[in-house]
Amino acid sequence: MSSEQAQTEKLPVTVLTGYLGAGKTTLLNRILSEPHGKKYAVIVNEFGEIGIDNELVVGADEEVFEMNNGCICCTVRGDLIRIIEGLMRRKGKFDAIIVETTGLADPAPVAQTFFVDENVGRRTKLDAVVTVADAKWLKDRLKDAPEAKNQIAFADVILLNKTDLVTEAELREVEARIRGINPYAKLHRTQRSQIPLSEILGRNAFDLDRILDIEPEFLHAGDGHDHEHGHDHSQDHGHDHHHHDHGGLKHYHDEDMQSFSLKTDKALSPDKFFPWIQKLVAEDGPAILRCKGILNFKDDPDRFVFQGVHMILDGDHQRAWKDGEKRDSKLVFIGRNLPEEKIRKGFDAVVA
Amino acid sequence: MIAAGAPVVAAHFLGRTAALVLGEEAVLLVPDKGDEQRLTLHGGGILSAATDGVSVITGGDDGKVFSTDAKGESRLVTTDAKRRWIDHVAAGPDGAVAWSAAKSAFVVAGKGEPRSIEVQSTVGGLAFAPKGVRVAIAHYNGVSMWFPNAQAAPELLEWKGSHHDVAFSPNGQFMVTAMQEPALHGWRVVDAKHMRMSGYSARVRSFAWTAGGKWLATSGSEQLVLWPFQGKDGPMGKQPKMFAAFAVRVTAVACHPKQEVVAVGYADGTVLLVRIDDGAEVLGKKPGEGPVTALGWDAAGTLLAFGTEAGEAGVIDLG
Repeated sequence: MSSEQAQTEKLPVTVLTGYLGAGKTTLLNRILSEPHGKKYAVIVNEFGEIGIDNELVVGADEEVFEMNNGCICCTVRGDLIRIIEGLMRRKGKFDAIIVETTGLADPAPVAQTFFVDENVGRRTKLDAVVTVADAKWLKDRLKDAPEAKNQIAFADVILLNKTDLVTEAELREVEARIRGINPYAKLHRTQRSQIPLSEILGRNAFDLDRILDIEPEFLHAGDGHDHEHGHDHSQDHGHDHHHHDHGGLKHYHDEDMQSFSLKTDKALSPDKFFPWIQKLVAEDGPAILRCKGILNFKDDPDRFVFQGVHMILDGDHQRAWKDGEKRDSKLVFIGRNLPEEKIRKGFDAVVA
Repeated sequence: MIAAGAPVVAAHFLGRTAALVLGEEAVLLVPDKGDEQRLTLHGGGILSAATDGVSVITGGDDGKVFSTDAKGESRLVTTDAKRRWIDHVAAGPDGAVAWSAAKSAFVVAGKGEPRSIEVQSTVGGLAFAPKGVRVAIAHYNGVSMWFPNAQAAPELLEWKGSHHDVAFSPNGQFMVTAMQEPALHGWRVVDAKHMRMSGYSARVRSFAWTAGGKWLATSGSEQLVLWPFQGKDGPMGKQPKMFAAFAVRVTAVACHPKQEVVAVGYADGTVLLVRIDDGAEVLGKKPGEGPVTALGWDAAGTLLAFGTEAGEAGVIDLG
């Protein structure tokens, strides 16, 4: 896949996740009922309670199966492959696809489906993973429900919903928890899932540009403190969450989920980069929930963008670098017990 | 050339009338003499089609199954009670029809009541065995062999992974499924012995046995791949024959009903006729706008219908 035309013809797919009761159904009902001039095909889960009768609403069974391709964490949603192929029969009847997952779902198989199945990948692209979180209960769920933590870690956009049910202090607390897991997602405070749909749909390219343009939000605290992320807290902290407080802004480091970014203004060598990243995900894929990046390869006029879920990588030339645009390469990793030093060293070695 | 106006998802013959099944709503009947007829059947996408040579069976995302004959007379076979998508249909002996919606498979023979069964996961493909009323139901981790007229639970032929289309060899000795991975999986029906056929560059979306069942012709590679099924062990331990290498992939195959000739459709819209004996190639259709998605011969082997994803379609008269 190289031409831009082929890229633009792909239907964008938004994956909507969120723990039970967070407000996904409210959001979906809004998307389906509000006058926005767009038509969405919506793939709802079997427990969905969507109250709208619409021929473009399709029920799914969340059938996850393992691929026999040798990667141990490569699971895909077979029902999604079937439904998206079926929806493609009606291409032109809708502008985008939304996939709702059940509250207990791991987002990985959904995301991997778009990279693994050639037919699905040829006709659709993952636009963004949107996670709806309950401002009052998320903190508890992060402790007792690994699915809830995965959904936060996976998100490109997070709706912190039901903010009217908590105090400002509680809100800041839960936001800090979210940032401790995933500082790269765009975070919105909402009530009754009220949000301009342009903030969650049509985000384009998995919101990749954000990772270049925006530093993790909690680095902007301006406290002059140089934060190193992902260093191993479990060695010197026996308690559940590491917590430090600078100038009123709370910082949490989640005990097992980390994220960090790598950046360089030196051009990369594709001959070094690809073998490195492939080896990395082959060895440490189970730990890497998500990685994404925008890369500047030596003697390449185009930006190369890529994203990965566990052991699966997907990348392509995106567009030409613009005149005057800063040609930085940046990678973001989110995962559990990531081997950060190993990844940093490896990245340092792939400059051209 | 016929402008189908929509992607063509299947091409079948009812006598000398071609039935081109479109991706949405309609079936186009193209008689060898006279005007074509566009029949709007489904209120949405058509997800699957099959034929017994007399009627073309279609299943749609409107939850309906239709049976349509060469004259253009359509009969509603069923409407799913929950309006679920009809993902797969199959045509069996004596007018029997099978279809599936999610995990449920159904069979109706003649004027009887439909019988149904639920399998472990969503049905990936359906096929009638050549003799008797027995239906292969492909799903995750294998195929269930169902005797709709018997009370016994279906026999499960296991193989890990996701199985899509399923087909029996003409003599009924072998059964093959196309998997989610770029591979086919086969079983010798009598003892469930496995055979694995791999090496493709893409998922195999079209496969068919040659007349007499000596070869299994397959898509999914940049050439026509033929697996030998002459012996009692099928292709186990044998290499496939390969013909008609191209820069683009084979996307559809259809075997001549009498001779060892295969119609091969490619991703660039080309159709070639390949003779297995000597690998001789004849151009059936030049490259066009989209991949070939449908190919079908008439029973005499003189007419070949084709259709593409871009809506190109036609009937080639070789008689």
